[in-house]
Amino acid sequence: MAIWLSRLAIDRWRLAEGCAAGEGADVEPTVLIAETAHGPRIEAANDAGLAAGARPGMRLADARALCPGLKTAPSDPAGDRAFLEALALWAQRWGPWSALDEPDGLLIDVSAVAHLFGGEARLLADAQAAFARRGLTARLAIGPTAGAAWALAHFGPERAILASDDDAAERLASLPVAALRLDDAVLTVLRRLGLKRIGQLGEIGRDALRRRFRNRSSEVNPLLRLDQLLGRVAEPLLPVVAAPDPLVQRRLMEPIRHRPLLDQVLADLAADMARELEGQAQGARRLELGLWRVDGEVIVRRLEFAAATRDPAHIARLFAGKLDDVDAGFGIELLRLRAPWTEPLALAQTDFEAAAEAQGTSLAECVDRLTVRLGEKAVRRPVLHASHLPERAQRWQPPLAPGPASQGQLAFHQRPLKLLDRPEPIAVLYATPDGFPQRFRWRGQVHDIARVEGPERIAPEWWREKSTVRLRDYYRIEDGEGRRYWIYRHGLAGDGRGGAPDWFLQGLFA
Amino acid sequence: MDLSAFLKAGELAPMTQAPHWRPGVGGARHSEVFAGGREAAGAAAALALALDEAGERLGERSVLWVQDAAALKLGGRPYRPGLPEPLRDRLIHVVAKTPEDFLFALEEGLRCRDFAFVIGELAVNPRALDLTASRRLGLATEKHGVPLVLVRLDARRDLSSARMRWQVRSAASPVPRWNAFAPGPPAWHAELFRARAHAPGEWILRDDGHVLAADRLASPAPDHGDLAVAAGDRSLAAG
Repeated sequence: MAIWLSRLAIDRWRLAEGCAAGEGADVEPTVLIAETAHGPRIEAANDAGLAAGARPGMRLADARALCPGLKTAPSDPAGDRAFLEALALWAQRWGPWSALDEPDGLLIDVSAVAHLFGGEARLLADAQAAFARRGLTARLAIGPTAGAAWALAHFGPERAILASDDDAAERLASLPVAALRLDDAVLTVLRRLGLKRIGQLGEIGRDALRRRFRNRSSEVNPLLRLDQLLGRVAEPLLPVVAAPDPLVQRRLMEPIRHRPLLDQVLADLAADMARELEGQAQGARRLELGLWRVDGEVIVRRLEFAAATRDPAHIARLFAGKLDDVDAGFGIELLRLRAPWTEPLALAQTDFEAAAEAQGTSLAECVDRLTVRLGEKAVRRPVLHASHLPERAQRWQPPLAPGPASQGQLAFHQRPLKLLDRPEPIAVLYATPDGFPQRFRWRGQVHDIARVEGPERIAPEWWREKSTVRLRDYYRIEDGEGRRYWIYRHGLAGDGRGGAPDWFLQGLFA
Repeated sequence: MDLSAFLKAGELAPMTQAPHWRPGVGGARHSEVFAGGREAAGAAAALALALDEAGERLGERSVLWVQDAAALKLGGRPYRPGLPEPLRDRLIHVVAKTPEDFLFALEEGLRCRDFAFVIGELAVNPRALDLTASRRLGLATEKHGVPLVLVRLDARRDLSSARMRWQVRSAASPVPRWNAFAPGPPAWHAELFRARAHAPGEWILRDDGHVLAADRLASPAPDHGDLAVAAGDRSLAAG
């Protein structure tokens, strides 16, 4: 179904003036003008204006020459377009799907809908009556394609119906070529070619038309338009889809009269609204809070934000400042929060850093942070390993991995607090007859041994090492300044596995 | 200028007699222990002090021990069989290649509520550990309540915001019960040379079974008290 609001601008102006057709301000010749580079130009004229000679497209000065008493009002194309959008949504009462046909028409898909209204004729009559009730002049038509319906609405008889089993080409042949929705320039060309009716286009053959009009754009290609009109080529249309404003409300069991309760309900509403907006990935730029009082009064408070937001605490805090002068009367029983203006606001990840700053991290988080920066190998935990060699008795594994099962340790040997990664050779300066050193040099300093315990003999692991590996005799020593070390002699003199045994320092005791 | 915020002379007098430190007194979340790199006394005393400081906090929590590469080379790695008994299965060890990474690891550890305390072991005086970094660590430990003991191996006593600063070296161990010629349970000579809430002094610290024992040595110099004590143990974070 195509709807042509032939007098849309004038009808809107008349409705804004608040008068019916031919009454009040509409009695006098009035034109709607737009400012152009060459002075005001008439966009639309009312009946009296048309009778006085004003035509859309004329300069105002020319019209004034015909009718000096012409009244003017500014035209409002943006308002017309918004009105048309609202009308397209309203018109979805006759079909599930509607599209704008700019500047002043609507297209509604009424396929398989007409029987709900008692047939197509009654559907058209219903629509005509509804538009008349709104004070809008409308011409309507139903056709099997959008192009056919448009052509009939603009150039056909009143409330024309072209059924799908009619011969569309024949019915539409008598319409002027302007019914093909073509550009003015193309219409001029067609007129100069002597092609005035749609039927004439069919007579001269497709090849001639295709040679003459090579442009692929449908507005300037009569052949394409003709095919669209007759349904041979698909014509995609952009539908109008209603986007309901996010709205949350709370009905209260008991009317509230006190401010703390109101603040509480408002905080709840703000939280609801935040959830609603978050679901749509939107942020509110403007919010309207309506407070319905028991006596029917509605108090409305509006709020605008500098940037899209959905922070409930922020919303509640700002509204709290606007509720100081609310007169609750006998109580408020309904609160409704609406967001008429929203903007896309992507979901934001919560700030790990701030949370960590405020309440600390858990062990797992901390290990992750350390591992990411320092590497897998840098963050580890010592675990026991079944070996009696000191450096093999400890292994390292990831901090949160479960430790291996291990036997209870023998407690009669003391072990150093820290172990050097690689035992460092020491130079023994003076050894006692018992076999342990009395004085040694390590890292360039001489240590005099004051107390000693040992040896603790640790044999090599013969089942996994070569037979030439030497045993170790460990001594726990304390030097004259109280420093405690763990040193060992690598091998025995005359064990047949090398020369004179060397001494090493392997650990530092507490 | 509001003079009333300052303490009167009469109020200052009793406060100059600051109490001496003793084990279990607590309250110093951020400490530094200066020690030589040729011995493990620094780390051992730091562990003992941290265990003493953590006290009840230990619970089931883990312990973080961060070493920078130079300290690791100097003093070796922690050896699990030689660790104090309560720490053996809860130690998490971190090796940081650079002082910056070291400071990062310390701060992350201080922020973690699942650590009983954090030990840092750092060699010499890297440029990264200046007063700002030190105060940053101090603020983190104040904020999250995780004690920090920083072991400084072979380091000068540079500027720092630590609440207690110790100089530690090994001391001759007490004679063990059975073998008079063997080294005994560890003992350290510790000098508290700067503290906010305590007078300086010297102690012999011993790990006496499960608790830290300390014998105060007679102070060689007359004790003038520490005037900075007037600030008390005011929180750093409070400004």
